[in-house]
Amino acid sequence: MAMHIVDRRLNAGSKSLENRQRFLRRAKALVQGAVKKSSQDRDIKDVLEGGEVSVPLDGMNEPRFRREGGTRDMVLPGNKKFVEGDILPRSGEDRRKARGAGEGESEDVFRFILSRDEFVDLFLDDLELPDLAKRKLAEAESDGIRRAGYTTSGSPSNISVSRTVRLALARRVALRRPRPEAIAELEANIASCDEADRTKLMAEADALKARFRRIPFIDPVDIRYRRFEPTRKPVAQAVMFCLMDVSGSMSEHMKDLAKRFYMLLYVFLKRRYRHVEIVFIRHTDRAEEVDEDTFFHAQASGGTLVSSALVAMHEIVRSRFRPADWNIYAAQASDGDNSYSDADVVGRLLTEMILPVSQFFAYLEVGEGGGSGFDMSDSSLWSLYHRLRTDGAPLSMRKVTERTQIFPVFHDLFRRRGSPQKAAS
Amino acid sequence: MTATTERLFEGADWNFETLQRVHDACAEIAATELGLNIYPNQIEVITAEQMLDAYCSAGMPLYYKHWSFGKQFAHQEAFYRKGLMGLAYEIVINSSPCISYLMEENTATMQTLVIAHAAFGHNHFFKNNYLFKQWTDAEGILDYLEFAKTYVAQCEERHGREMVEQTLDAAHALMSHGIDRYPGKKKLDLRAEEKRAGERRLHEESAFNDLWRTVPTGPVKSVDSLNVERRRKLLGLPQENLLYFLEKSAPRLQPWQRELLRIVRHVAQYFYPQGQTKVMNEGTATYVHYRILTRLHEQGRISDGNFLEFVRSHTNVVFQPEFDDPRFSGFNPYALGFAMMQDIERIVSSPTDEDREWFPEIAGTGDVMATLRNIWANYRDESFISQFLSPRLMRQMRMFHLHDNPDESAGIRVDAIHNERGYRRIRRELARQYDVGFVEPNIEVVDVDLAGNRRLMLRHAVVKGALLAPGDVERVLQHLADLWSYDVSLVEVDASDVVLKEYIASPRVMVAAA
Repeated sequence: MAMHIVDRRLNAGSKSLENRQRFLRRAKALVQGAVKKSSQDRDIKDVLEGGEVSVPLDGMNEPRFRREGGTRDMVLPGNKKFVEGDILPRSGEDRRKARGAGEGESEDVFRFILSRDEFVDLFLDDLELPDLAKRKLAEAESDGIRRAGYTTSGSPSNISVSRTVRLALARRVALRRPRPEAIAELEANIASCDEADRTKLMAEADALKARFRRIPFIDPVDIRYRRFEPTRKPVAQAVMFCLMDVSGSMSEHMKDLAKRFYMLLYVFLKRRYRHVEIVFIRHTDRAEEVDEDTFFHAQASGGTLVSSALVAMHEIVRSRFRPADWNIYAAQASDGDNSYSDADVVGRLLTEMILPVSQFFAYLEVGEGGGSGFDMSDSSLWSLYHRLRTDGAPLSMRKVTERTQIFPVFHDLFRRRGSPQKAAS
Repeated sequence: MTATTERLFEGADWNFETLQRVHDACAEIAATELGLNIYPNQIEVITAEQMLDAYCSAGMPLYYKHWSFGKQFAHQEAFYRKGLMGLAYEIVINSSPCISYLMEENTATMQTLVIAHAAFGHNHFFKNNYLFKQWTDAEGILDYLEFAKTYVAQCEERHGREMVEQTLDAAHALMSHGIDRYPGKKKLDLRAEEKRAGERRLHEESAFNDLWRTVPTGPVKSVDSLNVERRRKLLGLPQENLLYFLEKSAPRLQPWQRELLRIVRHVAQYFYPQGQTKVMNEGTATYVHYRILTRLHEQGRISDGNFLEFVRSHTNVVFQPEFDDPRFSGFNPYALGFAMMQDIERIVSSPTDEDREWFPEIAGTGDVMATLRNIWANYRDESFISQFLSPRLMRQMRMFHLHDNPDESAGIRVDAIHNERGYRRIRRELARQYDVGFVEPNIEVVDVDLAGNRRLMLRHAVVKGALLAPGDVERVLQHLADLWSYDVSLVEVDASDVVLKEYIASPRVMVAAA
């Protein structure tokens, strides 16, 4: 019997890719909702990881004519004790029905796994971040010099000895400069030889000596200098400081707003830098560095001193993130409360310590949902930052009360940065 | 038989020569001992990812593009990645040559099992069972699917993806009712299908004249004169093949939309026999692989260790959980099919008195394979079970019959158990569970109001009080109305013609606008 074996393993896989994309396109709105929802429950760093999402099946279902209810007959295996005519109470049936309903529910919710790229695309698509990425952001570069070969002129301190000696050796060999040993040997011969040869040897030695003198050991043409070129070195790592007021006046809603903003900033930085660190600093009237979970979820009580957070940030920058090696981004979220006596300290810290080393400093004033931004009278922190900004400090600041505002605000902050206030770094 | 021949392989590793040797060894046993009659085999080695792909296009190597396959893929993938689902060891396609996909991860023993199972068991069943002979065209299917794929792609280019998707969505919703259940005038010839569609397209292109577009469409001729009988005859009513009816009679479909309906209908028809022969098909294949592997072991061509590996997976495959087991999800077609095949083998070779009484035609006839081959060729699940499920097997599996009448508040009645009084009832009920006539709701097009508002009228004959699930009905009717492009109504009537429920759907504008 004729038989063929075909090795299909080399054929391109993912034949279903296109169908999958069609499905995603069709379910886009739903999947986007699910992505947003699932990104809420995630840590900031995991936001880009892809993973399972579940979407409601409505609109994605494939209806068929099917029946339900009515009298049912079934034949089952595994009878143990029933005899004909037994009536089984329906409690068991209820349980089965309940399970059936549960299954029905899980059928209504459709679970599947998104790849990392799909996830980010959906996440960003909603946010139109690709557009944003086209804009010129802060230069993520630092000045430096680098070696760039050799040159024949330069400062004595840059002489490359090895290269110079090597060239000199080559020249001496090429021009047949006599070696000192050869001359010494000849002179020894002169001393020991008879009269007849002596004059001839003496002449020979003189010629050698003359040649020896004529051809220098090191000639100015041999000298090479190390050459340096100034370059701009991209700094491939960034650190993102999340500062947040966690005093009692910050509600969950406000924290959620802040988290969303941090998430966006993280996604954004992640696209530009190879390595992004996040530092969480929470403060009341004292500031401390905490992990993400504590940052968003733990409660703390106390007054409000923004300066404490700025001091903490400055300390951390000084000890761990040299501004030359790191791009420093900071985003502060607060409901705007600050003690009035703190204002001067905050202003000085910002203008003298923080802003000079930061690429970007954003202040996000979060408010309770519902109230429109216009009603909010300016908070103490807002008025302070506003004053600093009017004095020329490169600060970005916005008020947010609703989730939907987060992206426009983010967008706005970064757009403004392109044009007049380019003085951050 | 003693160990006379060399081992086919040692250990778990295999290469293409191993597969060839295994195939040849199986072929020998299949031909001489089992007398199987098969299509030529084509064995394709694929990766797990490709297997996952194949899962989502109904196992076919090529298929048109549609989001629903992507949805299925996303779902399967999620399950697979989470480790909730193992992949099948093999997929086999009813085509000539018969294509079996083997996963590269399988061990040599598994490949042997799979080759015996798919390339011989299923292959024989596909080639010889009357349903497959009647309804499928093994030679033409791959070419036809290729045609379908290109055709759908072309339609998308010409008419836009959205339009095509809408039509296909609607057609898919009606797929289960796009099947001819009774053999018609001629056997399906998919090659001719493909040629016909191609010719029609050529003709359209050659006869294309843009001026026709400008010719005003005059009023349709009056149809008042048609009486009901004549009208129904003209439209071929009543018609249970809804897709066929729409393809032929829907007033405002574009030719390409009709062709899409036709494609979906043909594909549904192609899979129709598979749904009706699950137990038999898997039973046959399992029986065949069991016989072949056992013989290979007896011949010494498979080592004891490898045979043990085989027995282990075989046992897993034919495992039947009992009804109160959390793993229970109905009868396992492999288990039931294999048990019945073995039971028939026993009845034919060493029957008891009971067997002689129940199966006078086959009991003790002695030729197991001839009997089985005959059964494999001429039955489907429903008739197979209703004729060959023996009392002994019912006892062995301890089958019982539950009757659940929602009106009876006391509870569910145990109607029959595996005893003298119950055998026939259990057998009849189990057979019914496999009868497509009972499984699928019986829905027909009964009339069209040609003179009036052109409403299409459907009728669901309710059996045992089971109405259609309302949410789904509305959605399917919506699709149906979109294709029909006028109102569609559906009544659900019981046996005494009492209307239990009525639905009406009006078309959405988009398809009509085409």
